[in-house]
Amino acid sequence: MTFGVEFKNITKRYGTDPAAPFAVKGVSFGIEKGTLVTILGPSGCGKTTVLRMISGLESPTSGQIFMDGRDVTTLGPAERNVSMMFQSYALFPHMNVVENVMYGLRMSGVPKEPARARAVETLRNVGLVGYDERMPSELSGGQQQRVALARALILEPQILLFDEPLSNLDARLRRDMREEIRAIQQRLKLTVAYVTHDQSEALAVSDVIIVMNDGLIAQSGTPQEMYEYPGSEFVAGFMGEAMLFPGESGADGSVKLGPLTIVPKQKVEAGAVKVAVRPEAWQINRDGGGVAGTLRKRSYLGSFFEYTFDTPLGNIFVVSPDLTNVLDIGTDVGLSLANHGVSVVKAG
Amino acid sequence: MNKHPNKALVLWLGVGFAGFLLFPWYAIQDTAWYYVLPEILAGSETANGLVQALANGRYWLLLGPLGLAIAGVGLIYPAGRLQARWLLGGGLAGLLGLGGSGFMIGARGWSFEWLNSAFGELAINQFGMGMGAFVVLLALIVISAFGLARRGYFKGDLFVASAVICCSALLALFIAYPVAKALSGAFLTEEGGWALSAIVDRIADSRIWNLNCLGGGVQCGVAWNTLFLALATAFGTTVLGTMMALLAERCAGPRVQGPLRVIALLPIITPPFVVGLGLILLFGRAGIVNQFLEYAFDITPTRWFYGILGILVAQLFAFTPIAFMIMRGVVQGLAPSLEEAAQILHADRRKTFFTVTLPLLKPGLANAFLVGFIESIADFGNPIVVGGQFSVLSTDIFFAIVGAQFDQGRAATLAWLLTIFALGVFALQRGLLGRQNYTTVSGKGDSGIPMPLPDGLRYTLNAVVYPWLTFTLVVYLFAFVGGFVQTWGRDYTFTLRHFITAFGIEWGQFGIVWAGTAWNSMFTTLKLSGISAPLTAAVGLLIAYLLSRTDFRGRNGFEFVALLAFAIPGTVLGVSYILAFNVPPVELTGTGLIIVICFMFRNLPVGVQAGTAAFKQLDKALDEASLMLRATTAQTLFTIILPLLKPALVAALVYSFARAMTTVSAVIFLVTAENELATTYIIGRVGNGDYGVALAYCTVLILVMSLIIAAIQWLVGERKLGRRKGAAAPVMTAPV
Repeated sequence: MTFGVEFKNITKRYGTDPAAPFAVKGVSFGIEKGTLVTILGPSGCGKTTVLRMISGLESPTSGQIFMDGRDVTTLGPAERNVSMMFQSYALFPHMNVVENVMYGLRMSGVPKEPARARAVETLRNVGLVGYDERMPSELSGGQQQRVALARALILEPQILLFDEPLSNLDARLRRDMREEIRAIQQRLKLTVAYVTHDQSEALAVSDVIIVMNDGLIAQSGTPQEMYEYPGSEFVAGFMGEAMLFPGESGADGSVKLGPLTIVPKQKVEAGAVKVAVRPEAWQINRDGGGVAGTLRKRSYLGSFFEYTFDTPLGNIFVVSPDLTNVLDIGTDVGLSLANHGVSVVKAG
Repeated sequence: MNKHPNKALVLWLGVGFAGFLLFPWYAIQDTAWYYVLPEILAGSETANGLVQALANGRYWLLLGPLGLAIAGVGLIYPAGRLQARWLLGGGLAGLLGLGGSGFMIGARGWSFEWLNSAFGELAINQFGMGMGAFVVLLALIVISAFGLARRGYFKGDLFVASAVICCSALLALFIAYPVAKALSGAFLTEEGGWALSAIVDRIADSRIWNLNCLGGGVQCGVAWNTLFLALATAFGTTVLGTMMALLAERCAGPRVQGPLRVIALLPIITPPFVVGLGLILLFGRAGIVNQFLEYAFDITPTRWFYGILGILVAQLFAFTPIAFMIMRGVVQGLAPSLEEAAQILHADRRKTFFTVTLPLLKPGLANAFLVGFIESIADFGNPIVVGGQFSVLSTDIFFAIVGAQFDQGRAATLAWLLTIFALGVFALQRGLLGRQNYTTVSGKGDSGIPMPLPDGLRYTLNAVVYPWLTFTLVVYLFAFVGGFVQTWGRDYTFTLRHFITAFGIEWGQFGIVWAGTAWNSMFTTLKLSGISAPLTAAVGLLIAYLLSRTDFRGRNGFEFVALLAFAIPGTVLGVSYILAFNVPPVELTGTGLIIVICFMFRNLPVGVQAGTAAFKQLDKALDEASLMLRATTAQTLFTIILPLLKPALVAALVYSFARAMTTVSAVIFLVTAENELATTYIIGRVGNGDYGVALAYCTVLILVMSLIIAAIQWLVGERKLGRRKGAAAPVMTAPV
C-alpha cells in the first residue's frame, strides 16, 4: 500500500561539516492516508527536524521521502502538497487577518475576490467571524491560532503539519483547539503529522504515535499500544509518568516485584527486568497486603487525590479517584497492583 | 498543482535563444545597442549571434545555442537528477565555449602568443561582448544553476540556486577578477618578473610603518595614520549615529522628528568635499574663525585645521548619517515588549536601557562601527581637501598611480594593507558577535509600547545631538552662502554670477538651450545614478537575503567576496576597472556602463549590510510560512520580505543613489569628456580656484538630491506593523 508520507532511512545533519552530529539518525516510518500521526518526544529528540523534512523546509542528508508513492526528496515545499502551522504562528505582521488567510490562494494565482470569499469561509469554519480586518497584533493568542489554522487549511493540502500548535495556549483553549483540530482532520480526511512534547495531547488526538528519542524512533503504535505495552524503559517513562522498579523474571514467565507477582501481557526473557507501573495502577489496601507503605504527601486535585507513599521499593506516586475515604498523612497501608497500567520491559 | 515544474526552465531557454537572435551580439561602439536593433541581420558589428556565426565566420559563437539545445533535451525528463545532467552539461558547455573563446580570441585574433604559435594567426577577430552575448550567457548561467538545484543542491530551490550563481558570477567578474588583477601588481618586480620578495620589500617600507609621531617626530607611517583615523571615525560615527537614532525614534516629538531626519540626511546627499569646503570657509586660513582671531587677538592665520583634525571632523560629518540610518532601522525594529518585560521585572528605565535596549542594539552597533571604519579607510575626498600634509593610504595610492611616481607596485602594496585592515575589523566583528540573533519582529504580534528613554540619557542626547546638528547647519550655510558671494575672504558682495555660469538657460530658435556649463555633467550624473541605484539596492538586498536566509555549500566564500567590495578603496577599484575592462571580452572603458557598474559594486556592501541587519530582525518562520503556502521563493521575497524590509530598502536606495551622485575616488579614472560627472566637474573647478561655481553647483546638487530622496521615501512608504501607537497609552492621573 502507499502511504501519505513515507520516510526511508532518513538521516539529517545540520551544516555542511561532515563531523557535525546527526539530528536524525536513520528513521523509517509511514503515515497512512487520512490518519493523524503524532511525533512525540522530549525536546532535542529530532521531532521538529522530521516535521520540517516532511514540509520540505529541510532536506535530508541521506534517505528518501515519498508522498503518495512519489519521490519528493529533492522537491521544495511549494512542489509538495503540504501545509504547516507554526509554533509561533508566523502570521505576517503587515497583513490583516483575511489577507493572511488568502495569501496561499493569491500566491497560487487565484483572483482577489474569490480568494477573499474562500478566506472568509475558511475563517468561519475555524470559528473566527468578524475579525477579518484586524491586524495580527490586535488578536489574542487563541484568535491568532485560529487564523494560523485557517491559513494552513485554505489550500486544502493533502498533508497538514503541526509544530507544537497548542504550546502557546491556556489549558481550556488547548482542549478546545485540540478537539477542533481532530474534528477538522476527520471531516476533511486529512493526513496530519503533529509534533508535540505533551503525551496527554498525543494520546487524545492521535491515530498513531511515534515516540522519538535522540534522533531515533523509540517505538510507534496506537495510543493504547503505546500506553499499555511500552517497549522500552524510555517509552514507559515518557508515556504516562510510569515509575520503573527493578524486578526479576522467572522461567515460568511471571515477574517478581518485591512481594508482588505479576503475569505480564508480553513475554519477557528470564532475568533482571524493569516493571513500569502507572500511578493509577496501584490499589490501596487499608488492611495491609502487598507492599507496605506509609503516606508521606497528599494533594487534592479536584477529581482525584495524589498520594506519595514511603515503601521498601522507594517513594511510590499513586493517583486515587476515591474522594470519600481520604487517607491521613502517616497512615500505613498496603499497595497492590491492578491488572492494567503495569508493563514489563527489558532492564537497561 | 497549477505550477508546472519546468516553466522557469522553458522561459530561460526562450530567453537564451531570443538573446542569440534578437540582439546585436557584440558591444556597439559610439551608440547604444537599442539604436541598432533594425540592423541585426546585417553588418559585421551590429549583427545578431546567428549572423555573426554563419555569415561572418565566427563559428565558435554557435557553442552558445548548442549548449542551450543540450539543456533543452532535459525537458523530456521529469524534474530530477537525470534532468540535472542535461541542464548542467548544456549550461556548462555553452558557458565554457563562449567564455573561453571570448578570452582566447580578441580584437586582434588570438589573445595569447602560444595560440598563435600553435594554430597560426587567426584572420577573424572579435570585439567586446554586447547585449546579445550578455543575455545568452545569463541564460546559460541560470540554466546551469537550475541543473545544480535539480541535483538537490540549494534544497532544490530554482530561485535560490539561480540567484546565488548569478550573484557569484557578477561578483567574480566585477570585483574578484579586476581586483585580483590589480593586487597582483604588488608581486611584480621593477623588471616585470614575479617575485615574493617584491611585496615583502615594499611592505617593510618605513614610510608605511614608522611611529615617529608618538616620539615627537613629524609624522607617523601612513598605515598608522589610516588606522588611528579610522578607529576614531568609526567610534565617533557609531556613538553619534546611535544617539541621533535614539533621539529621532524615542525622544523627539513628532514635530521635531521630521526636521531631525532631514538634517541628519544632509551630509549624505552632498558630495563629501562640500563639508570639507564649508569647514575651510570656517576654519581655513582665510576662514571666518582665523580672520576673527586675527582681528581680535592679532593671531596670524595658520593652517592649523588641515591634517588629522580636519579629516576627522569632516569624516564625522560625512559618515555619521550612515550610522544613523543603520541604527534607525535597528531601533525601530526593537520589540517594545522586551523593554516592558524588563520594567515588569523591576528594572527602572535607566537599567532597562542599559541591560536590555542597548544589548539588543549590539548587532546594529557592530555593523555601524564596521561601516564607519571601512568608510574612513576608503575615503578619498576629505583627506585630499582638508588633509594637508597628513597622508592616508587611499590618497597615497592615488598619488602612487597618478602622480609623478607612477609606482603600480607600491599602489598595489598599499591596497593590500587596506584590504587586510578591513578584513581584520570584519573578522573582529564576527568573532565578537558570533551568531547572535535578536529576532524582534516575530510572527506573533507585539502589542507593546516603546519605553520613553531615561531622563539622564535624554538630557545627554539633547545636549550632544542638537549642538551637533546646529554645527552641521552652520557648515552647510557657509557652503551655501559661498555660492552667492564674489570671492570668499576678500569680496563679500552678493552675486548670481556663479549660478548663471553653471546653469544658465536660454530661449533659442528651437526652444530651450541649456547654456550653462554644468548641465551636461548634471544630466549624465542623474542618468547614471538613477540607473545604478535600484540595481544596487536590488542586488544588495538579494545578497543579504541569500546570506541570512539560505544555507548552501560555499556560502562563506560567497559572503567573503560580497563583503570584499567594502575593503576595496574607490581609487583601487577605479584603477582595476581600467586595467581589466579595456580589452575584449569585456570592453567597457569610456562608456557610461562602466560608471554604472562601478557605482553599483562600490555601493553594494551598504545594501548588503542594511539588508543583513534588517533580516536579523525578521523571524525566519515568516518566510517559511509563506513557502509552505506554496508561494515560490520569489513570491515570498516580494510579498512578505520586501514589505517588512521597507526601512532597509529605503536606506539602500537612498544611500546608493546619493553615493553614486557624490562619489569621487572611483570614477575619477573612469570619466570621459562625454561622460563627465558632477563631482569631477566640481573638483575641476576647485582645482582652478573657482570656488564660487563649485559651491553654486553643490547647492543645486543638494536641492535636486533632496527632492529625489523625498520622492523615494514617499514612493516606498512606511512599514505597516500594526503596533499600537504610543499616543494610545493610558494616561496616568494622580488621585486628587
